[in-house]
Amino acid sequence: MISFTPSEEQQMLIDTLHKFAESELRQQAHDCDENAEVPMSLIKTGWEIGLLPASIPEEYGGFGEGHSMITSVLALEELAWGDLGIALNMLTPALFAVPVLLEGSEEQKHEYLRRFCEEDFYPATAAFVEPLFQFDPFEMKTTATREGDTYVLNGEKAYVPLAEAADVMLVYANEGGQTQAFIVPRHTEGLSVTKRESLMGVRALPMYRLKLENVRVPAANKLGGEQGANFTRLLNYMRVATAAAAVGVARASYEYARDYAKERVQFGEPIAHRQSIAFMLAEMAIDIDGLRLMTWEAAWQLDKGQDATKAAYLAKLTADDVAMQVTDRGVQILGGYGYIREFPAERWMRNGRGIATLEGVILL
Amino acid sequence: MIDFTIPDDIQQQRKLFEMVARDVMRPIARYYDEHEHEIPWEYVNRMWPLVKMEWAQRVTRAERQLAGEKKEKKEQKSGKRKYYPNLQLVHMVEMLCWGDAGLYLCTPGPALAGFAIDAAGTPEQKVRLLKRFAEGDPKWGAMAITEPGAGSDVSAISTTAVRDGDEWVINGEKIFITNGWLALEASDGLVVVWATVDKSAGRAGIKSFIVPAGTPGAKVTKREHKLGIRASDTAALVFEDCRIPLDNILGSPEVQRREDKRGFKAAMQTFDMSRPVVAAGAMGVARAAIEFVKEKLAEQGIDIPYGVPKHKLSAVQRDVLEMEAQYKMAWLLTVRAAVMTDERQPNALQASMAKVKAGKAVTWITQKAVEILGPLGYSTEYLAEKWMRDAKINDIFEGTGQINTLIVARRILGYSSRELK
Ligand SMILES: Cc1cc2nc3c(=O)[nH]c(=O)nc-3n(C[C@H](O)[C@H](O)[C@H](O)COP(=O)(O)OP(=O)(O)OC[C@H]3O[C@@H](n4cnc5c(N)ncnc54)[C@H](O)[C@@H]3O)c2cc1C
Repeated sequence: MISFTPSEEQQMLIDTLHKFAESELRQQAHDCDENAEVPMSLIKTGWEIGLLPASIPEEYGGFGEGHSMITSVLALEELAWGDLGIALNMLTPALFAVPVLLEGSEEQKHEYLRRFCEEDFYPATAAFVEPLFQFDPFEMKTTATREGDTYVLNGEKAYVPLAEAADVMLVYANEGGQTQAFIVPRHTEGLSVTKRESLMGVRALPMYRLKLENVRVPAANKLGGEQGANFTRLLNYMRVATAAAAVGVARASYEYARDYAKERVQFGEPIAHRQSIAFMLAEMAIDIDGLRLMTWEAAWQLDKGQDATKAAYLAKLTADDVAMQVTDRGVQILGGYGYIREFPAERWMRNGRGIATLEGVILL
Repeated sequence: MIDFTIPDDIQQQRKLFEMVARDVMRPIARYYDEHEHEIPWEYVNRMWPLVKMEWAQRVTRAERQLAGEKKEKKEQKSGKRKYYPNLQLVHMVEMLCWGDAGLYLCTPGPALAGFAIDAAGTPEQKVRLLKRFAEGDPKWGAMAITEPGAGSDVSAISTTAVRDGDEWVINGEKIFITNGWLALEASDGLVVVWATVDKSAGRAGIKSFIVPAGTPGAKVTKREHKLGIRASDTAALVFEDCRIPLDNILGSPEVQRREDKRGFKAAMQTFDMSRPVVAAGAMGVARAAIEFVKEKLAEQGIDIPYGVPKHKLSAVQRDVLEMEAQYKMAWLLTVRAAVMTDERQPNALQASMAKVKAGKAVTWITQKAVEILGPLGYSTEYLAEKWMRDAKINDIFEGTGQINTLIVARRILGYSSRELK
């Protein structure tokens, strides 16, 4: 029946992740952003929480009951609240594992999923975005052409997280007008990393440009096997995941600004005593709650197996705006301090703007 | 467990009210917009039997209590829940306001006054005062708080109630009272009047009193002409040495400095229940506007695609998607606030959040609809221009947008009204 309360297990997970985000991600966010990397030790600690194995069924090596998008969005919010860059770094393998889990063939699930259930961080990723002003996931410029028992991939990809270190990746490409995904081992001939991206935000996440020149993979490497995968469904998951991350980033910025406004005294009283500040905070809180509900509803539809296209799309469109507006106000309420990199508000603003662009890079 | 399933009975009820909205309300919406101050009997007569039934049940319950029977065991224990009266209510109101917001406000019955009596009245009061809504001809109830000098600042009301033997004597003026005329003059209804028994006691001195139709000294002095919801009756009332029985006070007559459970605070708490309902009404209007815009655009061959990148959308498509997103957000906030009432969780914060968002969303959505529809949107040939006029009230009554934002702000900051004015 209708309810807006997470289950007990979900609440335990939220609490665990919140503590982890607070004690680890928050502490290291500044340095990871400045140094543009995340220490492997931190990634390992995150890996040990076991988010992926928890959603992989036993028959494929995990200990979960299967994937729950509701659980994923709850987890994503908490991790993104900690730091989006570090969170995405830790979650990069999910860009490969979750599509295989959702749309992979039986053989593919058996072949790949157990790799994500081992003790060591397994570096896998996905190549989704393309370096164009007008990127359209339904009309990818990267092509996949069938030649006998192989697919030949050609094109250029951008924003591929951890591409350098990855062992295997999912490459999204246009096969006769349809977007499909292909499993490509990192060291396949013709696949080259051309440069590391340098972005305004999520700097802690190493992302790369990729070139594919006549990259050949067996036909069996098409996600879902011969009949392929339902790309719209996968995209819906990615959109909901991105919206959930937006909730986390926005909430981080809002909470910090709220607490700051109660402390900061100007003209003889806390600035939060003024409606112009207090109302901004109220509107931030309302938009964050509203966006979270939209995200939950879309996630719930996905878990129910319903067509969540509209809900996921509207959640994502809203997330683009809310993430930007809230984090912008988060800077504004801090005044000059908001603009200084020693304080987290400006980082959240840079990360918040990323929500509109990072579709395809966030999944759990 | 997070779950968005709408219970079956509520879905079925939505269908029933959809028929009323579509077949009864829509066809007469324009007429009553143009004939302000006429009673929309087609709608009233359709709703009255349903309303009567609902209140008959409540009165019977109170009668049983009076006869000494124990209170029925609450079925709303924690854990598995079967009934969602507030969720049901927001769904019903959303649907009826999709039909027509002004007509919806003319729904016969005690409305807010009924909820106040049901929540704070003694069994004896419930039977005595509410029985009229369970029988006979259509009747209305009204809630009179606002005065010329007291709008957003409810604690400033100056209407007085003075005890004189076995009676209260009420003096003062109330304005902008929804269904005030219908309750006092057009039917044998009643008005809940907020008045102070001790001005020096501030909020603690404010009590609510029930003034039935026909009480000497209570009269309607004006019926307003409005921007929208013109089918709805908005009246100014004057009370001149208006005498009511001692037992027509809701809650205790004592002025307690520490908040009386049934006093001002309790009265304000009825807003936690009613704000999601007002928000739901707003969403009905918003949905009507969105559906109409999409229908007209579709006739021009313009569909709204879900899922394509922003740069592939026309400006109009982006507007419509934004309207839908705003609608969705406000509606989910509304549903959450209502479900929390049903779960008996404190929801003052969430109720105000819903009200702020819904008021703003419907105002913007309907304005956008008129803009998108161009010359036809602005014309009275269609209802879009009416919906825009109707919508605006949702940002004003039951606490303006600012007042509800203020409530949200105080809650999230943990501030009192002294710290955040
Ligand atoms: C059609 C209609 C039906 C109504 N029905 C009823 C009814 O049934 N019963 C009833 O009792 N009343 C009713 N009202 C009255 C309604 O609740 C009030 O109009 C409303 O509460 C605002 O009060 P006001 O008009 O005095 O405006 P004011 O309180 O004078 O407000 C004017 C402006 O100042 C803003 N403002 C005020 N205080 C603050 C503050 N502290 N911080 C920031 N901004 C502030 C307000 O938001 C508003 O924008 C109705 C009104 C209308 C128009």
